Amino acid sequence: MVPARTRLTLQVLPLVVVLLVFFVFPLLIVLAVSFFHYDDMGMKPGFTLENYAAVLDTGLTYRLYWSMIKFAVMTWACTLVIGFLVAYFLVFHVRSKLIAIGLFLVCTVPFWTSNIIRMISWLPLLGKQGLINSALVGTGVIHQPLQFLLFSDFSVVVSYVHIFTIFMIVPIFNTMSRIDRALFEAARDAGLSRLQTMLQVVIPLTRNGIALGSIFVVTLVMGDFYIVKVLSGGGRASILSAVYDDISTLLFPQAAAQSVFLIIIVMLMVGIILRVVDVRKELVDRQ
Amino acid sequence: MSERGSKHDMSQGSGKAARVSRRSLLKGAAAIGTAAGTSVIGAPMIWAQEIKDITLTHIGVSYSVVQAIGDQAQKDLGFKVVMQNLDTSAALTRFITQPKSVDIPDLEGWQAKVAVAHGLVQGIEVKRIKEFDNMLPIFTKGEYEGKKVSRQGISPYEAMYVETKDATKIVEGVHDYMTMLPQVYNCDSLGYRPDLVDHPVVQWKELFDPKYKGKAAILDVPNIGIMDAALACESRGDIVYKNKGNMTRAEIDTTINALIALKKAGQFRATWTTFEQSVELMASGEVVLQSMWSPAVTAVLAKGIPCIYAPVNQRPDGKEGYRGWCNGMGLMKHLSGKKLDAAYEYLNWYYSGWQGAFVARHGYYSPVPKTAEKFMDANEYGYWYLGKPAADVIKDPYGAPIAKPGAVRDGGSFIERFTNISCWNTVMDENQYMIQRWNEFKAA
Repeated sequence: MVPARTRLTLQVLPLVVVLLVFFVFPLLIVLAVSFFHYDDMGMKPGFTLENYAAVLDTGLTYRLYWSMIKFAVMTWACTLVIGFLVAYFLVFHVRSKLIAIGLFLVCTVPFWTSNIIRMISWLPLLGKQGLINSALVGTGVIHQPLQFLLFSDFSVVVSYVHIFTIFMIVPIFNTMSRIDRALFEAARDAGLSRLQTMLQVVIPLTRNGIALGSIFVVTLVMGDFYIVKVLSGGGRASILSAVYDDISTLLFPQAAAQSVFLIIIVMLMVGIILRVVDVRKELVDRQ
Repeated sequence: MSERGSKHDMSQGSGKAARVSRRSLLKGAAAIGTAAGTSVIGAPMIWAQEIKDITLTHIGVSYSVVQAIGDQAQKDLGFKVVMQNLDTSAALTRFITQPKSVDIPDLEGWQAKVAVAHGLVQGIEVKRIKEFDNMLPIFTKGEYEGKKVSRQGISPYEAMYVETKDATKIVEGVHDYMTMLPQVYNCDSLGYRPDLVDHPVVQWKELFDPKYKGKAAILDVPNIGIMDAALACESRGDIVYKNKGNMTRAEIDTTINALIALKKAGQFRATWTTFEQSVELMASGEVVLQSMWSPAVTAVLAKGIPCIYAPVNQRPDGKEGYRGWCNGMGLMKHLSGKKLDAAYEYLNWYYSGWQGAFVARHGYYSPVPKTAEKFMDANEYGYWYLGKPAADVIKDPYGAPIAKPGAVRDGGSFIERFTNISCWNTVMDENQYMIQRWNEFKAA
């Protein structure tokens, strides 16, 4: 009989190897390159902090982070409200478990097509000659098409919410469905109103799922490159678009430094979320 | 630059290309054995036997390294040609990191500079290029009919010559070795909707005109977007650049500050990075005036929507003019022996006319129009190269009609267009600073 400890190690090993080879190792290369020298279209191994200085020394970096964090917060707020309500409805208002799971699957239907198609489908809807504007102009509600609908912060957030809400629904649905229904009766017996039950019973018990969903949404927005580019009509730069522009003229060391900085910032954001809710502790406690 | 290549061309092309390759497979065996004597290059039979196992890998951007062209070369030459598409920076990275996996690198002027400096390519012997003397002097001597071609940015001539086969330094003047052999080129301008813009556009400053507030767009590829912006700044009278293709920090600042002010005033409806985006913006009416690429104008026209490629001829005061670009082929350093001979055959094949005719139907040009003419009918050649009114319907390379009889190509003949180039695609010395300021424009 293999000792439990060895068995555990063997079970974990494949994942560790995969992570080492495909995640840690490439990341170390990026880290190394971020310290390389750059001159005349080439990079030379070495150690310099110039690349970091170049990234941190410009107001541009901070403006980019400010604009992406703004997007992240707006998207997070919208997806949280929508995701929570959808999950709540599915778990507590749909009586039949089968229908609940069916409706849950319906939420994933948009994922049967690609991200890009779901994103681009907003263009004919929000454009100057798009469905909404032609309808409004046609019925005489407005005389000039609304420009803010497309190629604006508005359209970027709409698309983020559309695409990322599912990442909020799934973990919240998951934790919510584990709430013991007897608690509702107890709450009612204790004289709590529906709102109070929601605030004092449901939300505290689903904070685990909320935290996980928040991590997904925030990291996805911070690391986005394409949605912001297309739906802002190129009018908004993202952190990754700055990295991409560096790479397109072979400024690899600076791109690497920018990437490492982004990883640090996103890790801090995740750290803050985990600080509020200790997901790991709660998962262990459950067992 | 990276995504100019247009899925439009490619998707239309793939079906046809597949047919071509199937056909060429069938004919392949026969061609190698029997057709060698009658092939375009007239190679002897023994040669044909020796080269049939050779494979050449040609890597570069999709608008320059075209599958249908590779298939035709393979058919005519009797050895295997593999075409691979990567965007500009990915291609250069591949040339540097895996030089052995490439035989023929696709090079723009600035890439040729990098490739030569890194010792990636060997000099191309001028005397082994049969049509060298028929190449337009725009490329070989940097002039046309005594008139010097613009040297702003990296003109093909500027990056053309090295002194020896193994040289790592590009030199001025005509020499016996070339860094790259130009094969396709064009000049870029503004595109606009004549139904939504009430007068003919012939000046770059229209891009910044408040009349088109919220209806203009500029391309978001920093290296060339900055030059379009510079052309417009110069046209508007903001500044006279010493060299739009190699600006000083102060010149970059002036240009970007103008862009930021315009963006804050709501001038730009959008910026675009891919061919398709520019077509969509124009076709949907989101914008009426924007920087554009020639095949994108054709693609808008193919949707039945009017679109004109503004003829921005240079003025006596030096304002206006096109932004030119040119892609060429290099020879990687590792090529030698029979494979090198085959590579030279391949390079020479590009100047034998078939490719010149093919790219012309996209709206691009070959540096040796003389041979391309043989592969086009008089109507096509007149329309595409000479700027004459079409005598009959004009079709694109895949047979779709794009111009009615009587239509004239925007900007006139290729000589008229090419003697009106203001600057060439480039990467500036202050590139790093420029990219950073460009991002500030985008983040503004």
